[in-house]
Amino acid sequence: MLSLAHFLLLGAALFCLSVAGIFINRKNVIVLLMCIELMLLAVNMNFIAFSHFNGDIAGQVFVFFILTVAAAEAAIGLAILVVLFRNRNSINVEDLDSMSG
Amino acid sequence: MSVEAVVFYFFATALVFAASMVITVRNPVHAALFLIMAFFASSGLWLLLEAEFLAITLVLVYVGAVMVLFLFVVMMLDINLTVLREGFARYLPVAFVVAILMMVSLGLIVGKENFGLQTVGPAEKASASYSNTEALGQVLYTDYVFPFEVAAVILLVAIVAAIALTLRPTRQTKAPIPEKQVAVRRQDRVRIVKMDSE
Repeated sequence: MLSLAHFLLLGAALFCLSVAGIFINRKNVIVLLMCIELMLLAVNMNFIAFSHFNGDIAGQVFVFFILTVAAAEAAIGLAILVVLFRNRNSINVEDLDSMSG
Repeated sequence: MSVEAVVFYFFATALVFAASMVITVRNPVHAALFLIMAFFASSGLWLLLEAEFLAITLVLVYVGAVMVLFLFVVMMLDINLTVLREGFARYLPVAFVVAILMMVSLGLIVGKENFGLQTVGPAEKASASYSNTEALGQVLYTDYVFPFEVAAVILLVAIVAAIALTLRPTRQTKAPIPEKQVAVRRQDRVRIVKMDSE
């Protein structure tokens, strides 16, 4: 019998994997953006699991809004990435130090 | 093991596998494709949790739009992969330790003791006539109508921002510019040099 703990542990595992991904891919902005998408997916998994096991649809409404905001974030993030690559010819995070003073 | 448990463990394994491949593969194109696999797996899990509308939305919006955008950008940029992979082996132990620590501490909180069947209980199954989309729409257009409008504005802002960021103001056509041609003076084009014959 599946319990809420199964889904919460899966969400936690997904979140930890994406945090590890941010650590090991710290130079590649594209993979960093993908890790953020994975994090949001883990959060959404928790929301939907709680919504199902508590019988409250409000959790699904929140997931709906998170999906909206994540889509907007991905679009703007990728636009910034394209402009960055056009100007710097690189997406390495280490090259982005012009504001470090 | 019930059918539900089999489905859960199948999709959960696929999801964890895809997520670990996303963060470890060398090629960003492969990472994007594995992320698509992760979205499909979690969409299956959401179907198991009776969130049909969001499962379909995840596939349509995320796989159909966001990940295609990712793939477009990844393939458009000519990235030097060797430079980007430099710190990979160096940060791997740190990442591993952090992930394990986080997993243990999260597991202690959300484990069987606090959220097992004894405390939360099994969810009651929805009847066959229940429509998840209808129920979601019912609250979305009544209780949450203002956040819904705000979400629409956010999407509009995102469209405008993305276009404004990437729009190149340079001229794409090769047509002559008449006002510049008319404004040209003789000294801009011709220079007469006085010099002795050699």
